[in-house]
Amino acid sequence: MTNSINEIEDAACILSIGSNTTVTHPVIGLRVKKAARNGAKLIVANPRRIELCSVADVWLRHRPGTDVALLMGMARVIMDEGLVDSSFIEERCENLDAFKESLKAFDPDFVEQVTGVPQGKIAEAARMLAGNSPASILYCMGITQHSHGTDNVLALANLAMLTGNIGKPSSGVNPLRGQNNVQGACDMGALPNVYPGYQKVDSAEIREKFEAAWGCSLSSTPGLTLTEILGAALEKRVKALYVVGENPVLSEADASHAKEALEALDFLVVQDIFLTETAMLADVVLPAATFAEKDGTFTNTERRIQRVRKALEPRGNSRPDWWITCEIAKKLGGKGFDYGHPAEIMGEISSLTPSYQGISYERLEAGGLQWPCPSPEHPGTPVLHTERFLTASGKGRLMPLEYKPPAECADEEYPFVLTTGRSLYHYHTSTMTGRVEGLNMLRDRELLEMNPTDAAALGIANGDRVQVKSRRGLVTADAKLTKDSPPGVVFMTFHFADSPTNVVTSPALDPVAKTPELKVCAVQVQKLKG
Amino acid sequence: MKFEEIAQTAKEEWDALQASAKPSIVVGTATCGRAAGAMEVMEALRNELKEREIEANIMETGCFGLCDAEPLITIKGPGGPSVWYRNVTPEMAGKLVEEHIVKGSPVAEHALGAAGDGQVDGLTAMSDLPMLKFQVRRILFNCGVVDPSNINHYIATGGYQALNKVVSGMSPEDIIDEITRSGLRGLGGAGFPVGRKWDSCRRVPSDVRYVVCNADEGDPGAFQDRSVLEGDPYSVVEGMTIAGYAIGAQKGYIYVRAEYPLAVERLENATAQAKEKGLMGKNILGSGFDFDLEIFQGAGAFVCGESTALVLSIEGKRGMPKPLPRPRTTEVGLWDMPTLLNNVKSYSIVPWILTKGADQFASLGTERCKGTAVFSLTGKMANCGLIEVPMGTTLRQIIYDIGGGIPKGKAFKAVQTGGPSGGCLPAELLDTQVDFDKLTAAGAIMGSGGMVVMDEDTCMVDVARYFLDFTQKESCGECSLCRLGTLQMLQTLEAIVAGEGDPDDIDMLLELGEAIKTGSICGLGQSAPNPALTTIRYFRHEYEAHIHEKKCPARVCKDLISYVISADKCKACMICLRECPVDAIRGAKKEVHVIDQDKCIRCGVCMSVCPERFGAVECIPGRLTEADNA
Amino acid sequence: MLDEIKFAIDGTQIKANKGDTILKAALKHGIYIPHLCDHPDLEPFGGCRLCMVEIKGKGLSISCKVPVEEGLEIITESPEVNKVRRIAAELLIASHHVDCLECARNTDCKLQDVASYIGIEEGRLKRLKRVIKDLPIDDSNPFFIRDLNKCVLCGICIRTCGEILNVGAIDFAFRGTGTLVATVGGKPILQSRCVSCGECVARCPVGALVPKNAERPTREVSTVCTYCGVGCGIKLGVRGGRIVRVRGDVNSPANRGNLCVKGRFGYDFVNHPDRLTSPLIKRNGAFVEATFEEALDLVASKLTDYKGDQFATFASARITTEDNYVVQKFTRAVMGTNNLDHCARL
Repeated sequence: MTNSINEIEDAACILSIGSNTTVTHPVIGLRVKKAARNGAKLIVANPRRIELCSVADVWLRHRPGTDVALLMGMARVIMDEGLVDSSFIEERCENLDAFKESLKAFDPDFVEQVTGVPQGKIAEAARMLAGNSPASILYCMGITQHSHGTDNVLALANLAMLTGNIGKPSSGVNPLRGQNNVQGACDMGALPNVYPGYQKVDSAEIREKFEAAWGCSLSSTPGLTLTEILGAALEKRVKALYVVGENPVLSEADASHAKEALEALDFLVVQDIFLTETAMLADVVLPAATFAEKDGTFTNTERRIQRVRKALEPRGNSRPDWWITCEIAKKLGGKGFDYGHPAEIMGEISSLTPSYQGISYERLEAGGLQWPCPSPEHPGTPVLHTERFLTASGKGRLMPLEYKPPAECADEEYPFVLTTGRSLYHYHTSTMTGRVEGLNMLRDRELLEMNPTDAAALGIANGDRVQVKSRRGLVTADAKLTKDSPPGVVFMTFHFADSPTNVVTSPALDPVAKTPELKVCAVQVQKLKG
Repeated sequence: MKFEEIAQTAKEEWDALQASAKPSIVVGTATCGRAAGAMEVMEALRNELKEREIEANIMETGCFGLCDAEPLITIKGPGGPSVWYRNVTPEMAGKLVEEHIVKGSPVAEHALGAAGDGQVDGLTAMSDLPMLKFQVRRILFNCGVVDPSNINHYIATGGYQALNKVVSGMSPEDIIDEITRSGLRGLGGAGFPVGRKWDSCRRVPSDVRYVVCNADEGDPGAFQDRSVLEGDPYSVVEGMTIAGYAIGAQKGYIYVRAEYPLAVERLENATAQAKEKGLMGKNILGSGFDFDLEIFQGAGAFVCGESTALVLSIEGKRGMPKPLPRPRTTEVGLWDMPTLLNNVKSYSIVPWILTKGADQFASLGTERCKGTAVFSLTGKMANCGLIEVPMGTTLRQIIYDIGGGIPKGKAFKAVQTGGPSGGCLPAELLDTQVDFDKLTAAGAIMGSGGMVVMDEDTCMVDVARYFLDFTQKESCGECSLCRLGTLQMLQTLEAIVAGEGDPDDIDMLLELGEAIKTGSICGLGQSAPNPALTTIRYFRHEYEAHIHEKKCPARVCKDLISYVISADKCKACMICLRECPVDAIRGAKKEVHVIDQDKCIRCGVCMSVCPERFGAVECIPGRLTEADNA
Repeated sequence: MLDEIKFAIDGTQIKANKGDTILKAALKHGIYIPHLCDHPDLEPFGGCRLCMVEIKGKGLSISCKVPVEEGLEIITESPEVNKVRRIAAELLIASHHVDCLECARNTDCKLQDVASYIGIEEGRLKRLKRVIKDLPIDDSNPFFIRDLNKCVLCGICIRTCGEILNVGAIDFAFRGTGTLVATVGGKPILQSRCVSCGECVARCPVGALVPKNAERPTREVSTVCTYCGVGCGIKLGVRGGRIVRVRGDVNSPANRGNLCVKGRFGYDFVNHPDRLTSPLIKRNGAFVEATFEEALDLVASKLTDYKGDQFATFASARITTEDNYVVQKFTRAVMGTNNLDHCARL
């Protein structure tokens, strides 16, 4: 997030898009509802009817995968009606002319036709966003999990810049990160192309810094992404894999493919707290400690580094992940893995990571700190980009965009769009929540949510067992008829091992972020007998 | 259309009706009349006329306030006087038509009185009826006189002159000034100065304001708002429209109980007709002023008569009063906008004041309470009904002169005013003048205007129990004192009437009552203890008799009375012995009967079946046992 | 800097923030005024009538709704105040189940606080009729119990569900002594719109809403929830080797004490019997338990052959930042590859 969670309730306007906030980030959902209660204008853009629609001033129910058209359509209204924050654009942005040019393609009729949202509503939302400052944009994987997810995010950034909603409190472009420490993992360079603090692996200067610190030589070639690793495994280019706390067999798009890839490996080590579907395929399984059994930090979606404290001894012979990895490293001759406590690891992190430079466990005792925190005296940064952007020129670049349809659209053979998401009662592949009896009682099975009209046409009643089939595979689930799903769109989660939804999802990737298009794939639905 | 044209049309219709050569029959078909059978009577009259091929004008009208006389109809033959017939039944229809209309001779035996041209022998002039003679009918002016579903009748009798006057030249300040000068105080019971309320609502800066009419008449035994809504709905609609003009509101709500379907129907009709005539809606009478009314039906929770609860109820929420401190409804009301909330009668009198002037309004009343008050008289009185009297009339005048005193030669014991929240006043206070301040000073309240008269056969502890039972059930449950305190008071009173009273109970009732009065959130709670507190204040001896002597002096509380058979008077007729449902009476032919006091359930059957000429069974205070028989 | 206001409670000068209510300011200064229905996160309700005080020159008023004003003189004890407050407290006690030892909220109960402040006189209480409800207990929710017999109708749960959650699963229903907190149609809470967040359970001042199988922890540890990216501060209540309770940390800027159903109730997995408690080595297609030494030796001996780009690591969005740092350092420095990713995109 460019901004902080606490600021949300002081916003004058909130655009929530591609986020079922009350389900995936319930406590942020409370802040959005509080803001609405405080009088903020709330614009919800979502093909599905979500809880926030009930407090929204405008609900834009666009077709899945048409976000660029919708957002550029709004930008067009803002531009055409002279609602832009011209002084912000003047001082802080560049590339206006090219951007204007690209808006020409998004005339209201075209936008309405593509998105299915009446142009009057789009204009209303655009005026609301431009007319109520500060405005905060919240988004989640409904924006990113598309074959053009990067374009979606850029379109949001465009809107924020046009309306001057960046670099000040209660504004910003705010991705709601899905997992407890996805931010920390990224910050630490658990990515193929960057070291901790997003320092590029292909920069000689940076590499030399890390080589000096770690006392070894490092590869200058960016590595493979997760999906590419799986592909490489199938092709026998990657032969050994170390999986720490992940369950790609259930979580990856086109999951059958992921499973095949893992099976093709020579050697698979899985380190986890439970014997997950992925761990079952391992040659060696290493027992990890849970969050309650170790010290460390998580960095949340607002970049706040917060202390995780050990409350219990690790169960049985399980051990903290860092300890296990250090032991492997040492056995392989690695140097500099003799940490006695995570505090020492943080010491090393801060010495090598500019944005974490001011972080220490001593400071974190007093509460979390938001990076960038470049020095021990720095109070942390609740709002990013207050003065300049992280571009060469320091200016925000308005990005010309074009509308691209999803990689796979509904057709005669596969007439429904399947979009995936989460349930309030489960988390990811249910490794943890599936082992909480009460949560299973609240939600114990996969449901295929579909519009009653569609269901009627297929003779499907509430609770019927149905089969969902795509070009990649098929799963079964119980039908839940609900107008939350628009006609033509069906919805599933990916929480349940016995209905592995990702067997059917599309492997199409965003070319830049390599995010799979989990939000749109074409499926057919059929009632099962019995 | 200009108002003059509207008025002209109305006048012509009304005059034509008055001058019509056809006989006319007016039937009181308000809820009270209907309950007594007015619709059947009207049908029977129609049939009789049809059979005789007589063309007549049959008109419905609202409640005239003479409850005892319902169904009440008026027949006027061409040229003759109007004769009011009381307690008309369908069976009487033929005779009335035949005698009065066909033969031109009014039926004196069923007549209540007469008015208009030509007197009839043996018939009192209506204006001389005690029930009417002492009344001053301003609010009830049209009730029982005009057809409440015909706006032309209302206009012809002076209606909408006030609105016309207002929109064609009065400033909102002028209106509010006139209302303020009149001294009108809120007739819903609290008596807040109406002009001041309007003024403060107008002064709150806002683009949107609302006018709301509280027609959530919930007191048991109160029906004056219903009678006004059913008998003269236009006056309320006109009053609200004027209020809207004065405070700058364009939208009004009438919050009326769903249990008042006829009132709802009449209001809906009234607003529709007013719109049709350009007296409501957009650009009223060409003045540029817009005003619309919506009728909102309440679900019958007593507490929704409280202003903040009423507002919440219209908003679709549960009606629960907002605790003090809070802004006044005039500042933050419906949908958080400034809202003017007045009672039915307060709005209804507004056109009168603006037509006749503040001075004339203020010519009646006491120093601090001007104009008239409407009461529903019920209980142990010769004449019950709906009356309107000048503020300051004494309780004695109302009960004896208008109400005709206590029937059957019984003694007056108490009068309860203001419904369940009110208090019971004893004979010593009969000379209390009725107005907001004086009734409050005496420990009762004006309240909704209910007035229940009790005679010597009424047990005051039981009365308190009855009202506490009501308020306890109607407590919204929000505040602990009202919810739990009224229950404790009720259970204590129930114990006392059951003969299980404890010597501490009176003190505890007083302590609880004072705490509930002081500490409750809203008027319901704050006044709920009143019936108990005032009966303790004025009739403490009755409580003491119940508690200490285990006797109910009024012989009402079953557990504290006994039935005995006087050996002197008993003729050993066996009737009571046979009728006793629990075989508690011993005896035989020619053997004086005796009630087994341990078996007796005090149902009173023996007393009611004992032939009047014997009068051998007597009810006495206190519980006897078989030991007493021996 | 918030505007500061000076006023007096029982003659003691108090400084308070503008906008604070008398009750809030008093409690902040450690001055107890009895109360049940007030909660700092919620709009004032004013139903319990227990926080009645006398404001000099203005008479009696509830203190939970009156904002402090410069120079106010508040009297918390006077015959007038006591008259109302004592009765209100006695009425509540007379209609409450007083088998406190059998109640999960024992010693953590606001009604007990009130009772001990007022000082119960048995003689006085005896004059009142005991009015106890006997309604069925709603245990439909897997995580908490609703025992309306112990409900004091403070409305905190209703306001929590309405004001904070905007869910509105419950509201007052019926009138008089029949007044209840009910779901639509009086259905069990599980069949209502309730999202099981437990925010009402956390705020219930009495034993009407309590967690199932409530056990009191012996200590609490401040940490961060392991579920989504909000990073809610939590306090893990530990007893023996188990987590028995989770509370939201009111001092955490991320959640300010709020939690969702997973964060508050979803901790049983930590002690689940399925937990991996030993390294496993697959031999002939089946897992066999091994010591760490054996397992690590095997891993090290295998991985030696795959250094460079034949090797890859999936790090995790769920382990700690330090764990991730070590994992990437291992992958890059020891295994010599940048083939490293995690499911950031899911």
